[in-house]
Formats: sequence, C-alpha cells, structure tokens
Amino acid sequence: MKTINTCAEFLAYALAIEEEATERYTVFAEQMETTNNPEVAALFREMARLESEHAHRLEVAAEGESLPAIDPWELDFGDEDPPEAVDYSATHYLMTPYQALTLVLKAEQRAVDFFQRVAEGNGNDDMKQLAAEYAAEEREHVEKVAKWRNRYPPPDDNWDDDPDPPNELE
Amino acid sequence: MDQTSTSTAALKPKDYKSDTKPVWCPGCGDFSVLSAFTKAMAAMQLDPERVVVISGIGCSSRIPAYLNVYGFHAVHGRALPVGIGLKITRPDLTVMVAGGDGDGFSIGGNHFMQACRRNVDMTYVVMDNQVYGMTKGQASPTTEPDWERGKLTPHGTRINPFYPLVIALASGANFIARASSNDPNGAARVITEAVQHPGFSFVQILSPCITFRPEQRDWKKIVHPAPVVATADPAVAARRLMTDDNFFIGTLFKGERVPFTPEFEPRAESAHELETAFRMSA
Repeated sequence: MKTINTCAEFLAYALAIEEEATERYTVFAEQMETTNNPEVAALFREMARLESEHAHRLEVAAEGESLPAIDPWELDFGDEDPPEAVDYSATHYLMTPYQALTLVLKAEQRAVDFFQRVAEGNGNDDMKQLAAEYAAEEREHVEKVAKWRNRYPPPDDNWDDDPDPPNELE
Repeated sequence: MDQTSTSTAALKPKDYKSDTKPVWCPGCGDFSVLSAFTKAMAAMQLDPERVVVISGIGCSSRIPAYLNVYGFHAVHGRALPVGIGLKITRPDLTVMVAGGDGDGFSIGGNHFMQACRRNVDMTYVVMDNQVYGMTKGQASPTTEPDWERGKLTPHGTRINPFYPLVIALASGANFIARASSNDPNGAARVITEAVQHPGFSFVQILSPCITFRPEQRDWKKIVHPAPVVATADPAVAARRLMTDDNFFIGTLFKGERVPFTPEFEPRAESAHELETAFRMSA
C-alpha cells in the first residue's frame, strides 16, 4: 500500500472513502426500494445518511485546505475496493437485515484496519494522530453495527426461496 | 499530483448521476459500470451539457437514463450509427455509446465492424455478460458453446463465440481495452483513457448477470491484470490476443490512426431551405 504522508493527503483519502460509501449505500437502498424490500432499504438509507454526514464533517474540517486531487484509480487501499464500501455484487433482492448488516460490519472493520495501518505507517506525526482518531471512531461504528445486527435473527437456510421469482424463465 | 481546494465547485461523480433509480437486479455488474462512467466523467471534468451517451436495447442499454448528461435510447443494435452521425455533425461533443453483447455483437454486429473501420473519435463501451438478460436468458454471441442453461439452446450453442477484441483489432479500432465491473475504479481509468485517445475506442467490460448467469460471480476471482503495457503495433496486439484467456484486464492497443473527420460544406442556410430541398414534387 502507498504511504500517506501528510494530513492533507489523509483527508483526501478519508473523504474519498466516505463519499464512496455514501454512494454505494444509496445505490443499495434504491435497489431494495425497487425490488420491494423496504426493511433493508431503510437500513441502507440510514447507512447512506450516516456516511454522508461523515463526508460533510470531513469537508468542513478540510475547509480552505488544499487537498491533493486524486483520481479514484490512484487511490491505493492495498486491496481492490475502498474500505467501508460494500461490493456492488454483494446484494440480493431477498436479503435480510441481518445479512445487510453483516456486509456493513465487514466494511466498517475494513475501515478500522485501513486507518490503523495508516496510523502505524511512515507519515508525519500529525497525520498519524489523525488516522488513529479515525481508526478509533470507526471502531465505535463496528461496535454499534454489531449491536444493531443483534436485533435481527440470522437468515434461515431458505432465505432466498421465492415461489414467484421476478425473472422466472417459464 | 494536482492540488484542489475544497472550496472549488469541481463536479463530483454523483453530479453525473440522474435521479432515475436503476431497475437492474441487485448484484448486477452494471451498477459498477454506471459508477465507472460517472467517475470517468468527473475525472475529466466533462461539461454534462456537452456529453452524449447513446445506447441500443437491453439491460445495459438503460444506462443513458441513469446519467445526468444528454442521452439517446436508440433502436436495437443501431446505437453506433447514431453516435457516428452525431459526432460527425457535432465534433465538439464527447460522444459515448454503451450497450450489451447481444445488442453490439449480434443485432448490431455489422455496425460494430464498420464503426471500427470508420474510426470516428468516440468511445464504445460494451457491458458483456454473455447472455441476453432482458429477454430472460438466451445465449448471446459471446456465450460459451457448452452453456446449457439457455431455454433455446439446451445442449449449448455448439458454435464458436464472438471475440470482440479480435474483431475490433482486425477491423481498425484505434483503442482496445478490457475492464471488469468488479473493479469500478479500474474501469473508470480505462473509460477515461478511451475517451481521451483519438479515434474509435472500444472497451469491453465484463459485467456479470447474476440472475441468468449466477456462476459469473466467480469472475471476480478469475479476472487478472494483463502483465503488459498497451502497444501501438497491431501485430504485437494480435499476437497477445492469441494467448488471451478472455479474462485479462487492461489496455491492449493504442493505435495511431488519424480519426475520420469529414469536412462538410453547409448546403442549406435555414430549416426552410432544407425542407424545400427535400420536398417531394407532386
């Protein structure tokens, strides 16, 4: 993974992460609204709202700063997807709240891991302090989402059975 | 690395998305391709009023409705001639054509070859899922010959699949690449390069149909970056394609052909004059 050296560079990365998460949760909420899965749609809407608030807070924090303009493909996260972003292929129209929150939980954990790696990296001390604060905040999110998920039962074995599937071939 | 101030009003990817909710199946690769389009447009800071996305018919061809730029949902397989006509008459616009493998390689197959030959400065993005999804799962030109789950081909098509990169190179496309919907940022980079390269650019994006080809979810584990840089030599590109396993990701070819830019002399000064010229005599 590329080394992040300065606070400005770190803020550019963090903003990209939050904006990507907002975008994906919005897309997933729309998917679930379109396929009439209102409970999971509401859950993804709430996640989009939370991530959007985080992005806004970052914009305020970076007000007047000169952040580096980084093209999305130049962002180096050490793996394929940005941390905190659930894979586009991970959703299903019959998914349950438990499954949706499992995806969210993994994404939040990846954000903790990313910010922690940056905090323990080779950048300047101010930046490392900032990254440690973000890691701590994301750790709180992991705990909250885990509690949130505990409200729902895990899916049964037949969770994706649909007697009248929308794309039935017959 | 460029610097940007957070106070500037730079367009972001979300600014290129329309308010229309996509009706693709949750999990469809086309969501990722839509994201790649918006990221590429934002990276180039394209003026939305000077971008046109034209499509044919099929699931992926819905994409113009989901973008906040000009769009045209054309006749099945005929998106490329519409795009060519538009770019020739309005060279100031950024013209992009998008669609699926059935629309582009079967119904519009001949237009694909002629568009490569003509080499007009535009970009063609094909979201390839190797199936007709909108009509519920028939084999398409790129379907493997032994795929037996299609109702119309229960024993497989048993015919050779269409190899779009090979056809594009042989027909004269000036930029040829393959991307994967599993990596929207990588796909955005390829689309950006394609738009910025002069001439006809062709981008195949592997975009799984999770409903009729659920096994394509495994593409995420199969795709791999091509261990080479793009070449400008068609012979080198052709040799590379001979060992292509259809899952190499990256830019294969960046040619040096001069784009087709015919010069027109205006033949009418007004719409009335044009109308008169076309009027049928009694």
